[in-house]
Amino acid sequence: MSDYLEKMDHVTDAADPAYGDTEIQNYTINFGPQHPAAHGVLRLVMELDGEIVERCDPHVGLLHRGTEKLIEHKTYMQALPYFDRLDYCSPLGMEHSYVLAVEKLLNLEVPLRAQYLRVFFAELTRICNHMLNLGSHVMDVGAMTPNLWLFEIREDCLNFFERASGARMHSAYFRPGGVHQDVPLKLLTDIADWLDTRLPRLFEDAMSLVVDNRIFKQRNVDISIVSKEDALKWGFSGPMLRGSGIAWDIRKAQPYDVYDRMDFDVPVGTAFDCYDRFMVRVEEVRQSARIMKQCLNEMPEGPIASFDRKVSPPKRGEMKRDMEALIHHFKLYTEGFHVPAGEVYVATESPKGEFGVYLVSDGSNKPYRCKIRPTAFSHLQAMDFMMKGHMLADTTAVLGAMDIVFGECDR
Amino acid sequence: MGHSAPKIVNPEGIAEEIGALLGSMLIETIDHADELTFVVARDDLANAMVALRDMAHYQQLMEIAGVDYPERPDRFEVAYHLLSVTRNHRVRVKVSTDEDTPVPTVTHLWPVAGWLEREVFDMYGVIFDGNTDLRRILTDYGFKGHPQRKDFPLTGYVELRYSEEDKRVVYEPVKLAQDFRSFDFMSPWEGAQYVLPGDEKAAAPAAAPAAAPTPKATESKADTGAGDAANKKAEEKSADAPAKPAAETDEGKGAAKPEGKA
Repeated sequence: MSDYLEKMDHVTDAADPAYGDTEIQNYTINFGPQHPAAHGVLRLVMELDGEIVERCDPHVGLLHRGTEKLIEHKTYMQALPYFDRLDYCSPLGMEHSYVLAVEKLLNLEVPLRAQYLRVFFAELTRICNHMLNLGSHVMDVGAMTPNLWLFEIREDCLNFFERASGARMHSAYFRPGGVHQDVPLKLLTDIADWLDTRLPRLFEDAMSLVVDNRIFKQRNVDISIVSKEDALKWGFSGPMLRGSGIAWDIRKAQPYDVYDRMDFDVPVGTAFDCYDRFMVRVEEVRQSARIMKQCLNEMPEGPIASFDRKVSPPKRGEMKRDMEALIHHFKLYTEGFHVPAGEVYVATESPKGEFGVYLVSDGSNKPYRCKIRPTAFSHLQAMDFMMKGHMLADTTAVLGAMDIVFGECDR
Repeated sequence: MGHSAPKIVNPEGIAEEIGALLGSMLIETIDHADELTFVVARDDLANAMVALRDMAHYQQLMEIAGVDYPERPDRFEVAYHLLSVTRNHRVRVKVSTDEDTPVPTVTHLWPVAGWLEREVFDMYGVIFDGNTDLRRILTDYGFKGHPQRKDFPLTGYVELRYSEEDKRVVYEPVKLAQDFRSFDFMSPWEGAQYVLPGDEKAAAPAAAPAAAPTPKATESKADTGAGDAANKKAEEKSADAPAKPAAETDEGKGAAKPEGKA
């Protein structure tokens, strides 16, 4: 009876401090694999204390397609389209690393116009990617309209890709030795007009709704602050690293193609939170437009692919008249080209961060090993430490600011 | 001018500097395509990484890549790619191991190594000593085998489908409608090592040439079977035969010729 009375009085002792209280346990939930804010197939196993996230264990690999294994069974040219399908939001950024890695092993010189075209379309890809990311980040924290406006721009970008390569998303436009085909002058003038009129108007309109919006700031400012030391330790790159205040951009530090001729600024964050990461991307869009305009001004006429016929196939018209060209075409599209033995690690600044390709060649026509360094893999791993102590609702803001695409993360 | 890949300038004397820093831990320095690779002893990996991070200022670990060379005694190579954002330089550190020997972990130096090591473990089965969370990461829950090993088939061993009877996803061994075809394009003129059907005949010791059979020759007119005797015989035959129109006889003769020869 005394026990019961003590229970009624909420008397506790050291051995059983919560005697009489309802026992509350941490609650484990699954975020995903099917969740609109997970940006794909992410399963987050989260341990919650009330609404506070105590532990967060991301399960990835649900989109693993064995790309690296498949590449080992393809020739160098056949392996290229797999890169479009890694980060399907910025396909040309992925191709860029791969073609540069192959060219580095071959020590192949690329004509200047091809280098300009690559930089030009890589920056268009960056705009295209950031439209998707900024839009969905805004939508994940509650706003609808900016996303719709930004998708207008993205649609324009995809139309430009279609006019250049024939495909809206999986372009396979960059090739070892140059690009696949030259662009018509009308396309360049149309993009120039678009850069001057439609892009700034739509983009700045959409951003004016967001950047000073009170709700957007409440959801992002001071959320998941990552210090410089942590950003370095966790292998951050791209906007995530710059959002943490480190002015590191591979386009500036280790320029490839014609980035060393380009004049652009590298934005960095000052408060190291989700809002900073968002604003870094916003500024990158403006800088990308700046780079594209410089490309249009400076782009010379000339060949768009290497004349090394052991690597780069001849034009169709040439094949009809020239026996040598026909033989080269046949050899390149059956056997492919042989790449000297060796290994290189080539990383470029993809829209999401450092996208690296570690290519090991044994001298045959197929890569011996092609390790892809995805950006999302390192970023997502930091999810646990970035989420600790934050509310469940902040998950979407943190994920949105990471810019994760699972085609690339899972490979 | 050469390639247009990211320009990384090796700082003056960097190989010697790191060589001195690593000392006896270093096995070999490779300078290929302007990229420096330091092969270090497996057991010294963690110490070498501490030296590179703290003394040589390689702050970031960007990537850990496994490579499989089945013909080597230590079949796996694990390549660590380091980046220094202050010196603007990249280096690669390599160790090699086999299926059973663990590689020391670097998770205490870079937390990012956790997943990167998990991936190498998942793909190659390399064990990392000290990694407390060495679960599979990219493959399916309950997956068996290490898919990036060179002896793992591209098609894998199991396939899965949704079974309407069982109302769930079922796993079955892979059944290929057609054998998996893998072509190589080694030139037969440039030292391809495989044996094509029929090649074994060339390898058999060549038999001593047999005595050449007497060649058939038509030295004299008698050897041809033509001449007076043959003409007479032909006339006899035609005399015995019943009278026939000339055209028919010719035809009959033509048809009979092969028979007579046989």
